[in-house]
Amino acid sequence: MLQIKNLHVKLEEEDKFILKGVDLTVEPGTVHAIMGPNGSGKSTLSYVLTGRDGYEVTQGSATLDGDDLLAMDPEDRAAHGLFLAFQYPVEIPGVGNMTFLRTAMNAQRKARGEPLISAPEFLKLVRAQAKALKIDAEMLKRPVNVGFSGGEKKRNEILQMAVLQPRMCILDETDSGLDVDAMKLVAEGVNALRDGKRAFVVITHYQRLLDHIVPDFVHVMSGGRIVESGGPELALKVEAEGYAHLQEPVA
Amino acid sequence: MMASDAKRKAAEALLHVLPLPGREAGWAREARAAARTRLLEAGAPFRRDEYWKYTDPAGLTAPLAVVDPTDARPDFENPFGEVHSRLARFVNGRYRADLSDDLDPVGLSVATLSETLSHDLGFARDLFGRLEAAGQEKVARPLAALNTACATEGLVLHVTGAVAEPLHLRYDQVGTGASLLHHLIRVESGASIMVLESGNVTNQVLEVDIADGASFQHVRIQQGKRAGSANHIFVRLGAEARFKTFTLTIDGEMTRNEVVLAFTGDDASGHIAGAVLGQGDSHIDNTVFVTHGSEGCESRQVFKNVLTGKAHGIFQGKIFVRQGAQKTDGYQISQAVLLGEGPQFSVKPELEIYADDVKCSHGSTTGRLDETAMFYLRSRGVPERQAEAMLVAAFADAAFEEIGDEGLADAMRAHAARWMAERSDGDG
Repeated sequence: MLQIKNLHVKLEEEDKFILKGVDLTVEPGTVHAIMGPNGSGKSTLSYVLTGRDGYEVTQGSATLDGDDLLAMDPEDRAAHGLFLAFQYPVEIPGVGNMTFLRTAMNAQRKARGEPLISAPEFLKLVRAQAKALKIDAEMLKRPVNVGFSGGEKKRNEILQMAVLQPRMCILDETDSGLDVDAMKLVAEGVNALRDGKRAFVVITHYQRLLDHIVPDFVHVMSGGRIVESGGPELALKVEAEGYAHLQEPVA
Repeated sequence: MMASDAKRKAAEALLHVLPLPGREAGWAREARAAARTRLLEAGAPFRRDEYWKYTDPAGLTAPLAVVDPTDARPDFENPFGEVHSRLARFVNGRYRADLSDDLDPVGLSVATLSETLSHDLGFARDLFGRLEAAGQEKVARPLAALNTACATEGLVLHVTGAVAEPLHLRYDQVGTGASLLHHLIRVESGASIMVLESGNVTNQVLEVDIADGASFQHVRIQQGKRAGSANHIFVRLGAEARFKTFTLTIDGEMTRNEVVLAFTGDDASGHIAGAVLGQGDSHIDNTVFVTHGSEGCESRQVFKNVLTGKAHGIFQGKIFVRQGAQKTDGYQISQAVLLGEGPQFSVKPELEIYADDVKCSHGSTTGRLDETAMFYLRSRGVPERQAEAMLVAAFADAAFEEIGDEGLADAMRAHAARWMAERSDGDG
């Protein structure tokens, strides 16, 4: 589904390379966890895949079902089924949560040549998903993420994911800032979307989220590369040993 | 201060361009003469005047030269959508009773300016040129004095009750031509009215006298082709009176809107708001002067500008608090979003305060759309232009909310949404 080959990325404004040859293949229905210390390039990878400005790809490729992701605008990547749950969901004053989500959904449908969703149909869909994530109706009426607590913002990301039904989901430190109960709720939301076809890349600093969202594969990133890959047991090893032994030797 | 010879000569030239009013009552002739004197003493506005730092007045005086009467019956699309109103139409600067609704609903009497100036209508006599003259105390407004000296068309509204239906003043232009209008509005104690305006006037003055406890609301939309448009609203507010004005200005080569408001009774409120949507070579100037001369009054100025292409938006806003105008609450905010590299926003906020127990604040921001928010919306599948439109709608909404009437606010929001969808970010 998602294929990343030898991806090299630098900051647009300065000559600083963040990704130095990332390779990753994600098959349908699998969950991949990417762990790694701060500054290893995990978040950059998520931004480059979803098309944020400020990065320059100097080498390599990223495709989704064979389509060149890097050539597409962010909205086209979304319409192709890519989704990023943000580490820091953005507050947008003046834009209602529901308006935002329905606009996004219909824009994606339009891009794919699918029929648009009607207002009542949409409302029904959102309410059902919101209930599962314990998001109250009042929150849905507010502007996007404005006045939301950290946990509410993260749940709102999962709600968007559940409503938009992407095929390829990237979760960027979705566990950061969550207490255990909130993390369980978020994990349940994600697990409910595991249907054997949809794929996930879960970026996390700590192993604890992976107790709830059990990955098929675990990768460790350091210095802009994936330096170690394995099964769920690798996460436990990282938890026990830390990242210190992975630091790049001083050149 | 006397004007320079050059300014005075230019003022004389302006008076020569416009036809002299015909036979009028003595009091009207005196008011005209006084206005001519004001204009000549101040002189014509020049670019180097401080008050005209950002707007070249030549763009507003040159179009006055052509006057083009017509019997045409132009169609128009009502920009206020579903909102019910009584219609008073002007074509090429002339009132057209044949195209207008019956204008005498309960609580309102209407006459034309020319009828009024040839008779002795008590309140009009106390109003014509008076508020305009008072509004020149601190800053000369020669284009308004020119209007009082020469304008023969306009309506005189005497509001004596609560007028249920808004009155919609509609201005259309056929072919090239200038229009010069002067409206007088007196709202008596306890009375209220909503006035809507749409279309463009080359040079217009509204004198609005709001008696104690009376209320006047005003929503205006300026859209479509116009060479130049200079508009003045002079307002006097009595005790506990209410005034609200909102103007949506869409494109246009050269537009200057001045609102000059004076509080003369205690505990009144005056709200002045506007939204500006400018593309291409648009030049849109909102200039506001609020004088607090009494106690416990509240004023608000809220202006939002959305600019693209090479458009230039201007806001000059002043809050002047006289000695003794205690418990004044003055607020002013002007903001602009610039789409692209070409547009600019110039702003001159001013506070001048001679009372010690007041609360006055002003603020201004100029910036681009939030890139993080843009990426967030786009990452969810919202196309770039649509994402821009959503953020712009959110940005401008604080101005639309000032309208205070949901139906009218929604009609104005719809114009903004259409402009965002159809706009060109190019230079042309």
